[in-house]
Amino acid sequence: MSDTPRTAEPRLVARGLRKVFGPTVALDDVSFEIGAGEVHALLGENGAGKSTLLKILAGVHCADHGTVEIEGRRWQPSDPDAARRGGLAMIHQELALAPHLDVAENVMLGIEPTRGPLIDHRRLRDRARQALARVGRSELPLRAPVSTLGIADRQLVEIARAVALGARIVVLDEPTSSLGKGDVERLFTLIRELRDEGTSVVYVSHFLEEVRAVADRFTVLRDGKTITSGAVAEHDDQALVQAMVGREVEDFYPRSTRTPGETLVEIQAVTGAPTPRSASLALRRGEVVGIAGLVGAGRTEFLRAIFGLDPIRSGSVSVAAFGNLPADRPDRRWLARIGMVSEDRKREGLALDLSVAENMTLPSLDRFLSPRALEARSRPFIDRLGIRCATPAQPVGALSGGNQQKVAVARLLDADVDVLLLDEPTRGVDVGARATIYSAVDDLARGADGKPPRAVLIVSSYLPELLGTCDRIAVMTRGQLGPARPVGELDEHSILLEAVGSAS
Amino acid sequence: MSAAPPEASGPNPGGPSPFRSLLSRLGPLLGLVAVWSLFAVTVKEGNFITWENQRLMLLQTAIVGTAAVGATLVIVSGGIDLSVGSAIALGTVVVALLLQAGVPPFLAGLGGTVFGALVGAAIGAMVTGQIAAVSAFLVAGSLVSWVGGALELSLWVSIPAAAAVGAAAFWWTARSGVARIPLSPFIVTLALWGGLRGIAKGLGDNKPVYLEAGSDPWLVDLMVNQESGPFAVAAPGVWIMLAVATFTALLLRHTRFGRHVYAIGSNEETARLCGIQVERRKIGIYAFASACAGLAAVLQFSYLGFGDPTSASGLELQVIAAVVIGGASLAGGEGSVLGTLVGALIMTVVDNGCTNLELANWVQEIVTGAIILGAVVVDRLRHR
Repeated sequence: MSDTPRTAEPRLVARGLRKVFGPTVALDDVSFEIGAGEVHALLGENGAGKSTLLKILAGVHCADHGTVEIEGRRWQPSDPDAARRGGLAMIHQELALAPHLDVAENVMLGIEPTRGPLIDHRRLRDRARQALARVGRSELPLRAPVSTLGIADRQLVEIARAVALGARIVVLDEPTSSLGKGDVERLFTLIRELRDEGTSVVYVSHFLEEVRAVADRFTVLRDGKTITSGAVAEHDDQALVQAMVGREVEDFYPRSTRTPGETLVEIQAVTGAPTPRSASLALRRGEVVGIAGLVGAGRTEFLRAIFGLDPIRSGSVSVAAFGNLPADRPDRRWLARIGMVSEDRKREGLALDLSVAENMTLPSLDRFLSPRALEARSRPFIDRLGIRCATPAQPVGALSGGNQQKVAVARLLDADVDVLLLDEPTRGVDVGARATIYSAVDDLARGADGKPPRAVLIVSSYLPELLGTCDRIAVMTRGQLGPARPVGELDEHSILLEAVGSAS
Repeated sequence: MSAAPPEASGPNPGGPSPFRSLLSRLGPLLGLVAVWSLFAVTVKEGNFITWENQRLMLLQTAIVGTAAVGATLVIVSGGIDLSVGSAIALGTVVVALLLQAGVPPFLAGLGGTVFGALVGAAIGAMVTGQIAAVSAFLVAGSLVSWVGGALELSLWVSIPAAAAVGAAAFWWTARSGVARIPLSPFIVTLALWGGLRGIAKGLGDNKPVYLEAGSDPWLVDLMVNQESGPFAVAAPGVWIMLAVATFTALLLRHTRFGRHVYAIGSNEETARLCGIQVERRKIGIYAFASACAGLAAVLQFSYLGFGDPTSASGLELQVIAAVVIGGASLAGGEGSVLGTLVGALIMTVVDNGCTNLELANWVQEIVTGAIILGAVVVDRLRHR
């Protein structure tokens, strides 16, 4: 796989790219090559410059210096549409589909075949069908509105669109962030097929095992510079992480000895509409509990039901000192010293226009307050989690994803909660911020800050993370929550078996 | 807690430079100074820069300004209120009717303001899905007032009774588990834009509501410049506007409620996640804003000397324009009371200056339109 024959003429060559936004140097002398029929992984922490680089390729930004050539010709698309027509298709994390239009219309969006002034619907459907067949999903109903499809199928619709365009370069930006294991495998198969047909694929991901599974070569960016390029097979994980982070990562998952204390939260037979189904769990002081499962199994719904964000049909959530908590009242959760980090930072987790300080202190404001005092209050947490911001008054939207996530976590520290519900706490977060979050979780669970140990509940799709941080893990399968078992009795294989519903 | 590892993340995202942040805070104020200076230079014989004209312009701002200060809360929270003008017209009628019925001036003014707050609470309740409870309030309240009218009870009995029974009906319906139907504030206040003016016309029997000849309550003097006394610099109405503005500015900046307004406008989902009771807050926001509109109605009544169901038409758009020129975003999360006041003043200055230049009305209207667009464009550029 590493020795994919390189054509004499690489398909895409970038030389000396530089891009400056105001005081920020986003890219500085970035150069790399991508061959025809090659899957090229683009690695780097959030803020390393990957997004800027992708935007230059896709015609959103124009480089200040440097050149991009595709097949020997200067590549300077005036806008994303020009890039698409030029043969470079970008598939974003947030899928760019029109939910009300049907599958065929989405595949052919912007390239609808016409007959005179009218759309030729028959040809449109034929060509959409061919494109879907090439991505291995010919059975998708052409007339179903895209909003009725699952996330994996939507992504395939978008890839089919790239195929229909005849794209020679397909850029996938963290394509697996919301896919289940099976869908990831299918996506990888498709990527390999595209590659074998001569398409170049640029693959952006945080997950090294994915890179290893699908990519031939890689380029690492750090602080806007190209650090290294090479064949994936010739570099081990340690080397790749070190190139990304610029330092040795030791003790990625710190886990000190913890002693579980009294039960803080008793969740009994919580049933939502439609998931979870009669889920019970006890959270104890000084213990980190994980919930594994496939995307769509109902893990997020379970957390939201516990926190009163979604209505529940039956069941109860009770806290030792506060009794049964009323459903549908997140404010009572905060009063009962429970806090939650949402899986969706942009839509729900943070108010991006508000400042770092305001986001951090929002759940626990006094009736009367001074903005300056709030900023002072947020400073210790900014230091403790190493949040990189100019001032606490800076809008949170201006920070990198990892730093944003730290702000979301710091909110729970500021509110001084006893129970932390963390939904995908490291999704879209760079390696450095992940390490910080893991060590913060460990510190909280053992009470390293002099306060009583906390209880932590983590939902994650990333099994190494759960196995590394948790004391017990429960698996959710189609809304049903299994027993929380000590992590020593589990491994990735057994969890996956349970998650797909084939265990016992 | 172990030290967080030094993060090898991208270049530190620079905060806004102090100069730019100052500029963005002072932007509308600079606009005001520019517009004012322009007219100061161009209007002949110094008519524009006379002290009397400054007092007049403040007075001309009082009504829109008072209502716009309240509307700032609504717009910052991501909502909109199109019913302000109609609410003010209805308010003038309510104040006039109360005075006619022999209610003392202070209580009549308070009555107009409280009535406004009630209208706002109804808007907030409908926006948050309590249309059934609002209907129950209206039906029960009207029933009690009708019975009170038939029994010829005094207003002192029938109004509180109607309010109490209405409130009980509201509470009971809200608790009964009847389906919630959230409506967009645009729709709710568009309906009230027509509805409230209709009620005003109905209450006033389609005519202005005049006070009895000879009765001359001090409430009609709020919009006249006083010639003596410690506050003689400006008319009482101007002081009322400034007091409301100061109170609201403190409310927005230094209270939990105020910060919740920004949080809801910036991201409602985040507000909910952080335990903010969004529904309750919204009712408070609209009630406060409409109480300001009620106070503006008192000023409008004072200015007219009678209740007029056809007055203040189109004023809602001036109010929204003032808030937007003042730097608020219609998407929510941004805006300030000072900006809104400056926005209202800019519109008055343009109005007054154009009149002084003897430009036709249509020129003023075009200029005001251009300023609204200009303010938003400048704001966009600032956010680059």
